[in-house]
Amino acid sequence: MLLVQDLKVYFVSDSTVARALDGVSYEVRTGETVCLVGESGCGKTVSALTILGILPQPPAQVRGGKVLFEGQNLLDLDEKELQKIRGNRIAMVFQEPMTSLNPVFTIGDQISEAIMIHEKGGEREIRKRCIKLLQDVGIPSPEERLKDYPHQLSGGQRQRAMIAMALACNPDVVIADEPTTALDVTIQAQILNLFRELKQKRRMSLLYITHDLGVVATIADRIYVMYAGVIVEQGDTAHIFHDPRHPYTQGLLASLPTRTKRGGALHTIPGTVPDPAYKPAGCPFHPRCQFAIDNCRSQFPGMCDYGEGHLSRCPVLYERARPPHGAA
Amino acid sequence: MARRKSSHTPVLTVKGLRKYFPVQRGFLQRVIGWIKAVDGVDFVIDRGKTLGLVGESGCGKSTIGRLILKLLQADEGRIMYQGRDISGLSEEEMRPLRKEMQIIFQDPYGSLNPRLTVGQSVEEGLRATGIKGHGERKTRVAHLLETVGIRPDAADFYPHQFSGGQRQRIGIARSLSVDPSLIICDEPVSALDVSIQSQIINLLKDLQHTLGLSYLFISHDLNVVGYLSDTVAVMYLGHIMEYAPAEVLYDNPLHPYTLALLSAIPDPESGEGHHVPALTGDVPTPFNPPPGCKFQGRCPLVEDRCRRREIALYTVNEGHTVRCWKVVGKR
Repeated sequence: MLLVQDLKVYFVSDSTVARALDGVSYEVRTGETVCLVGESGCGKTVSALTILGILPQPPAQVRGGKVLFEGQNLLDLDEKELQKIRGNRIAMVFQEPMTSLNPVFTIGDQISEAIMIHEKGGEREIRKRCIKLLQDVGIPSPEERLKDYPHQLSGGQRQRAMIAMALACNPDVVIADEPTTALDVTIQAQILNLFRELKQKRRMSLLYITHDLGVVATIADRIYVMYAGVIVEQGDTAHIFHDPRHPYTQGLLASLPTRTKRGGALHTIPGTVPDPAYKPAGCPFHPRCQFAIDNCRSQFPGMCDYGEGHLSRCPVLYERARPPHGAA
Repeated sequence: MARRKSSHTPVLTVKGLRKYFPVQRGFLQRVIGWIKAVDGVDFVIDRGKTLGLVGESGCGKSTIGRLILKLLQADEGRIMYQGRDISGLSEEEMRPLRKEMQIIFQDPYGSLNPRLTVGQSVEEGLRATGIKGHGERKTRVAHLLETVGIRPDAADFYPHQFSGGQRQRIGIARSLSVDPSLIICDEPVSALDVSIQSQIINLLKDLQHTLGLSYLFISHDLNVVGYLSDTVAVMYLGHIMEYAPAEVLYDNPLHPYTLALLSAIPDPESGEGHHVPALTGDVPTPFNPPPGCKFQGRCPLVEDRCRRREIALYTVNEGHTVRCWKVVGKR
């Protein structure tokens, strides 16, 4: 459905080149939920914005790679052609519903605008569709909510309205960038349930971007772990959580505070995420990695295959895991 | 470190704390209602222990932190620090106590002065405590920075030159500069990435251990609170709904709200999509709440009598109280 291949996006200024995406590849298949997970600055949002062609260029420069949507490279399309896909076939939900909704238009205006850009239809019919959409995303008394302005809704309701807008044209792929990060836990649980429900009903694909591993565990079919502009591990949810093979993924999971870890000190990953303008040579994770060997400091590691689509960019752990006879 | 009182006096005791904010409208700014931010809250923090205050946005948890420091004046209730009632103290009388109680904020960038070097920021506190010698202050600053894991020679840098996690460490160093015994941590790790979050959590734990600090740990994150706290208070619209030792609260939660909160945390340890029935409805505003139980609008167990009158905190076991008559079988 959606295939990102070896995408390279650099932010170029007079003095520095920040390699935000350094050859990122991932795939979203029909009807599946794929999570891009990583810490701030790892490039997960940049990759989503690149897919939709809404990354400000300059300062960003796409230096290579492809974004294939049903076989068509979105990076080759001009703005007009892109507009036919954006919002219509691929839609996006952002983190902050308050800043992505226009405060001076009603919810009804904004949803019908999303429909009218891509389709024709009478006012009555569009209104009906808006009401149906609001119902689908679980907003009570939708007729009245159409007349409301964004500030009259609560945070959770606003996010539901955003989702309704994204769904307005029955997109094939929805990209959700941290859609629950600004919400309270009980509201977050509602929105996650909503996504799950919608995905089943509409057979749409979901590319879900988040830093929260708990959310990932509950919603993902497959996971890509990103670090410093690189995919370091990918696999099914069960692989990533129960059998992580990259030191970064392992470190992230071990450093989550949970009450079962009470008493002992939490595992920590030393150091901080590297500045994308001054990334270390070799494996970007090596300065923080306990398994780093000389090779890691000079050579960019390749993906090691653990089978069943579980790949990890750490040859050191791969060598260790391999049985001595080389059977695997 | 010598402490004045015997170890039996709790560091902080709060009784019947209440704070209502008026809502004003119109040209004459007439009061049209009240926001009951904190509505009769009691708790105790023992020496060297952590009380976790957890709840969703608007439940009044941050207001409590500010009331204790008297950055806001409470309407009612008593705040006892080391057995001494400080609720009636004037600004002047509070000043010597300020160095005993410190606060760490969520956004370390917003709470550090961008025009001061990190060393100057930390030094301010030392000056306030009356350490006169310049040389002595410098050595103390270096020592403090080292304590929180920052290279002492970084004292000459400005806040923007540090990452979020390092800034939070600097914020902690600054609050330690006056040698406090109680630190109010208001969402100190919420803005940080997971790998940095665990570093700060470990630092807070280590400092508690070595310096004998007590924490009031305010957070919306039940995972972090459960990991760090000895006792946990669950808040909803200005009320404590359940209060218990951390192990008890997580193993045997009683209040329907606590249950809902716990089941709403996406559990990274399960590793599979688990579908939980989410609590319906939104967090209501604390503006003119209906009489009776504050949780009535979202409670799955609600019945008529919950809407009629306010519900007391019932004691279930030693140290475990819950504000719900249904779960304790009261008539």
